[in-house]
Amino acid sequence: MAYSEKVIDHYENPRNVGKLDDNSKNVGTGMVGAPACGDVMRLQIRVNDDGIIEDAKFKTFGCGSAIASSSLLTEWVKGRTLDDAAQIRNTEIAEELGLPPVKIHCSVLAEDAIKAAVRDVREKQGR
Amino acid sequence: MRDLIGADPREIVWTSGATEANNLGIKGCAHFNQRKGKHIITSRIEHKAVLDTCRQLEREGFEVTYLDPDSHGLIQPEMVADAIREDTTVVSIMHVNNELGTLNDIAAIGKICRERKVFFHVDAAQSAGKTPIDVEAMNVDMMSFSAHKIYGPKGIGALFVRRKPRVRIEAQMHGGGHERGMRSGTLPTHQIVGMGEAFKLGFENLPAESARIDALRTRLWEGVSDMDEVYLNGSPDQHVPGIVNISFAFVEGESLIMALRDLAVSSGSACTSASLEPSYVLRALGLNDEMAHSSIRFSIGRYTNEQDIDKAIAKVRLAVEKLRELSPLWDMFQDGVDLSTVEWAAH
Repeated sequence: MAYSEKVIDHYENPRNVGKLDDNSKNVGTGMVGAPACGDVMRLQIRVNDDGIIEDAKFKTFGCGSAIASSSLLTEWVKGRTLDDAAQIRNTEIAEELGLPPVKIHCSVLAEDAIKAAVRDVREKQGR
Repeated sequence: MRDLIGADPREIVWTSGATEANNLGIKGCAHFNQRKGKHIITSRIEHKAVLDTCRQLEREGFEVTYLDPDSHGLIQPEMVADAIREDTTVVSIMHVNNELGTLNDIAAIGKICRERKVFFHVDAAQSAGKTPIDVEAMNVDMMSFSAHKIYGPKGIGALFVRRKPRVRIEAQMHGGGHERGMRSGTLPTHQIVGMGEAFKLGFENLPAESARIDALRTRLWEGVSDMDEVYLNGSPDQHVPGIVNISFAFVEGESLIMALRDLAVSSGSACTSASLEPSYVLRALGLNDEMAHSSIRFSIGRYTNEQDIDKAIAKVRLAVEKLRELSPLWDMFQDGVDLSTVEWAAH
């Protein structure tokens, strides 16, 4: 499997690895995928009072492309509004990272993860 | 070849490789004997060249029994004995498994097949030059070989076909009646010479090379096994030394391989690494999908030395540590979450 330079960069230097306090009302968690399928992504976002995402963290069990997709996503969502973040499409991620067809599902998973995280924080805050 | 595997030169049919030899032996024998019966026995962890050949026979109306290995990845002789029926004509069991390195007791299975008058085919692509072979003592009727798995040239292999008691097979390739009618086509002399030399070197140095590689295997395993949640797949005592299959729980195999790009490792078998399915061999052993996704195979060969192993150990340890830091599953495991009770969002 040939990886693009961007995938290798995110794999070797993943951005925003970590965990946010899920008990906080300002934190939304999206966990998607399953161990049996070979990839699990946990994406967390923290929003400020204006609904702007001020921090994002991830952890991913999966191939290099899955790690890169989630790492990239954490960079992209910071500073965006929830509405904005939920608009991110998997095709943008796949294009940016140059994912081959067999790895498109990694970007789909990343899109699912941010949507789930946005939904979670909205449910917590009732907005 | 006579000295190396105990065969007569007239019992060797040259082929393009082990894949063709497997096709020729299994299909050829099954077709030739189809009036006697249409039942074949093989195992779930054979190479695709055997499994796909059997699938083709199923499409033609044959019935195939796929034996499940035990949890160590071995096909026990009694499993074969229990599966043989009145209409069984061919049993095909591999000598050494390509993903696990497990070594089946071919002599014991051969004895059963001979007693029950069933033809016995063995895929020896992974065992030639790695463990002694004697087709006579092992009661093997047909055996497939490949040159490039033992440092020979690509594009050449062989099928041993026993003369006494005679094994007859139907040709797949028709033409000038070369190879006693079993496989037509002009022989690639240069390839055959290359294969002969590779086999000679492989078998001559076998005892010393086996001991050397076994020491490297032990060094590798001892270098990584003190990490938490690391498991050795396959049989602890019945194996060839050159293949080591290890599960690093909570680390996805492909991501680990990415960190070990300059090492000879693979997840699943190389042939199926392009697919996203976890190894069918590991699943047949009873490993869950999650563990099968976390397994990689190391190959230790003629050109591997202690420094290589030490370098591999250091890289593996670093990568596993880093990837576990990245793994939500490792997080959950550390927090005492039982992953089997989590409801995962399927995708």
